[in-house]
Amino acid sequence: MPYENHNWAADPVLSVEHLTMRFGGLVAVDDLSFDVGRGDITALIGPNGAGKTTVFNCVTGFYKPTEGRIALRRNGKVPGDVIADLTKSGRQYDETKEHAVFLLERMADFKITEIAGVARTFQNIRLFGGMTALENLLVAQHNKLMRASNYTIGGLLGLPGYRRAAAAAKEMAVEWLRRVDLLDRADDPAADLPYGDQRRLEIARALCTNPVLLCLDEPAAGLNPRESAELNGLLRSIRDDHGVSVLLIEHDMGVVMGISDHIVVLDYGKKISDGTASEVRSDPKVIAAYLGVDDEEVEEVERDLEVTSGATGAEGGAR
Amino acid sequence: MTDTTSSASANRPEGAERLSEERRDAMRGEPPFAEAPSDDSRLVRALKEAAITAGLVALLTVFFFLFRTDIAVGGLALTLDPALWIIAVAIAFVGRFLLTYFVFAGEKPTIGGWKKVASTAARWPIGKALGIVLLAIAFTLPFLLAIFLPSQNRYLLDLAILILTYVMLGWGLNIVVGLAGLLDLGYVAFYAVGAYSFALLATNFDLGFWVCLPMAGLFAALWGIVLGFPVLRLRGDYLAIVTLAFGEIIRVVLLNWSDFTGGPNGLLGIPKPTLFGLEFSRGEGSFSDFFGLDYSSTQRFVFLYYIILALALLTNFVTMRMRKLPVGRAWEALREDEIACRSLGINTVNVKLTAFATGAMFGGFAGSFFATRQGFISPESFTFIESAIILAIVVLGGLGSQLGVAIAAVVMIGGIELLRNLTFLQAIFGAGFDPTQYRMLIFGLAMVLIMVWKPRGLVSTRSPSAVYKEKKAIGGDLVAQGEGH
Repeated sequence: MPYENHNWAADPVLSVEHLTMRFGGLVAVDDLSFDVGRGDITALIGPNGAGKTTVFNCVTGFYKPTEGRIALRRNGKVPGDVIADLTKSGRQYDETKEHAVFLLERMADFKITEIAGVARTFQNIRLFGGMTALENLLVAQHNKLMRASNYTIGGLLGLPGYRRAAAAAKEMAVEWLRRVDLLDRADDPAADLPYGDQRRLEIARALCTNPVLLCLDEPAAGLNPRESAELNGLLRSIRDDHGVSVLLIEHDMGVVMGISDHIVVLDYGKKISDGTASEVRSDPKVIAAYLGVDDEEVEEVERDLEVTSGATGAEGGAR
Repeated sequence: MTDTTSSASANRPEGAERLSEERRDAMRGEPPFAEAPSDDSRLVRALKEAAITAGLVALLTVFFFLFRTDIAVGGLALTLDPALWIIAVAIAFVGRFLLTYFVFAGEKPTIGGWKKVASTAARWPIGKALGIVLLAIAFTLPFLLAIFLPSQNRYLLDLAILILTYVMLGWGLNIVVGLAGLLDLGYVAFYAVGAYSFALLATNFDLGFWVCLPMAGLFAALWGIVLGFPVLRLRGDYLAIVTLAFGEIIRVVLLNWSDFTGGPNGLLGIPKPTLFGLEFSRGEGSFSDFFGLDYSSTQRFVFLYYIILALALLTNFVTMRMRKLPVGRAWEALREDEIACRSLGINTVNVKLTAFATGAMFGGFAGSFFATRQGFISPESFTFIESAIILAIVVLGGLGSQLGVAIAAVVMIGGIELLRNLTFLQAIFGAGFDPTQYRMLIFGLAMVLIMVWKPRGLVSTRSPSAVYKEKKAIGGDLVAQGEGH
């Protein structure tokens, strides 16, 4: 299949290039390159310990990668030489009227959310448990409200500009609560919500930061089939109605195959497959490394592996 | 797979909707699990537990109460003193029996009832009403004292000023410990910085109280930022230790930098505050002269009282207001989860620094008031025990609760003073009994009791800073305590 025809190659919102992350002697991510298409739902899958969450932590700035470039393009396509110039200049980002490029590997974690517009959720839910659902969504609008309150001084004096901004922020929070079907629990502490509701609230909170790219770390973990189906609908509507690109890590194949426009498969920190759901599903390397194979097909697949990718297959087998 | 509706719930089957509603309702109530009821009857259980307690007490006190050594010829003579020992064991037995029989065994009705009260919104008007009553008393206190207790007027007014100083300090520390969740064991450092800034500015540059007050607050805030920087990356116990060390550093510097601070001799001749230039003294141009009143020394105390009341209320007002602003919400979010804060684009460095600086500023205000009230300051006033008392007020009152802190300050500071006046106890325990000697013991006991009875402080519920429909108090068990607790 011609790679160039895909949306993620033509208009990527995020390009990860030659990303390597070492922890001491352990290479968690090894020379990984992939693109996330604008307006796509991209899934990052792989067996446990494949380095998916490490990639996430590099993209969202919680880790500084050992090597590699992570470029985020905010407003549409950006010529390649702009990114090359920015990389040479040593600056963190380049924002003009025509284009906006952010080199995420150079930015602090909170700056990535604030300036570049990448929001994330966590594998183990990290809500502000003692605060209400509404408050959680208001905290997410912190930077906007800080500016509106003239860094607290205007807010203390109760200036009209701040009051308008506060009302707008609350409206946005209420709107998101309605979208994730939690409006009736708006005044309940987040820790009191059932697990599935907490997952949805965390996604809503991330979206309240107005991101262009939303990174979800196992959003369907611990959800029952009905809740998973609801999550699929929610993720699609985030993509379609809000134009937010989604990058997600997921083990639930029902979710991954159902909603992903693009799937990247990792194993031992390396990319072993990259394509649409149907392409990945039929990739023998993925079947061997991740999904497993039927007993009668083992020999056939092994033969295929040797033919198609001698080096990678042998290395994987050696481990 | 083809479902692309905007709302996740729009075409959910009705049965599922009802099911989820039922589940939510079930979640609201008590959990479906309960402790298996004990087979013993209430009396037997109470007796059993009382016996165990009595046994433990007997064992623990055997060397303290039963045996007694006296100096005798050729060494020590061992005598037995069973009466004291038996009394101690009996007290333990009876106490535990009553507690088990009436309080613990009746767990379901009593504790369950409290929980219900705590979780409903009806609790809040009580807190609010109590706050308004306290505020009304605070505003009229000098007049109430003049009318009802004219003989002890000055002493009680002085005590009220002291209590209000601690209320203000407690509210200031509440920002750092209660809201931002950063355990600060060296808060007295900012109190000292405020006091010395005011004293030095006033004596060296001949400035008045009202000019120096904001400057002292700013200096203290600056020191808050100075302390904030090294502790930014610290977590938990390490944070507490560094703040403790900071408090001691400030005190030791004040003690040894004799040229500047006067060293252990302290600073003398700190000016008294004036009311628009009117002094509270005898003679021409004084307050009493200007208003044609008779001079009375209590006038100055009334004035000081209203100054500290205004400062404390300012602290409260600013804190309550900031809680509803993004910075205050970020403080509380920081207490709940720092990593989540960073993932939402919040600069946690700035959030921590603003918390330290704001708390320190109010400590500085309180410090300069302390200096002007005393007229004399020395490093002795700023020892670690002050930090500990302020922290105890915040923790006992309830982290993050303004009302709880005020009540705790009244109880702790007022309670200690009250002990001086319990002369009737001498009729019971004999003329040699001095209740003030036992004040630290009673103080400690009270702290232990409150922590056992209400581990999250007197007012442990949190009131949300933003409301969609109905304001519900959040139980203390859901609220995180932050670093270093």
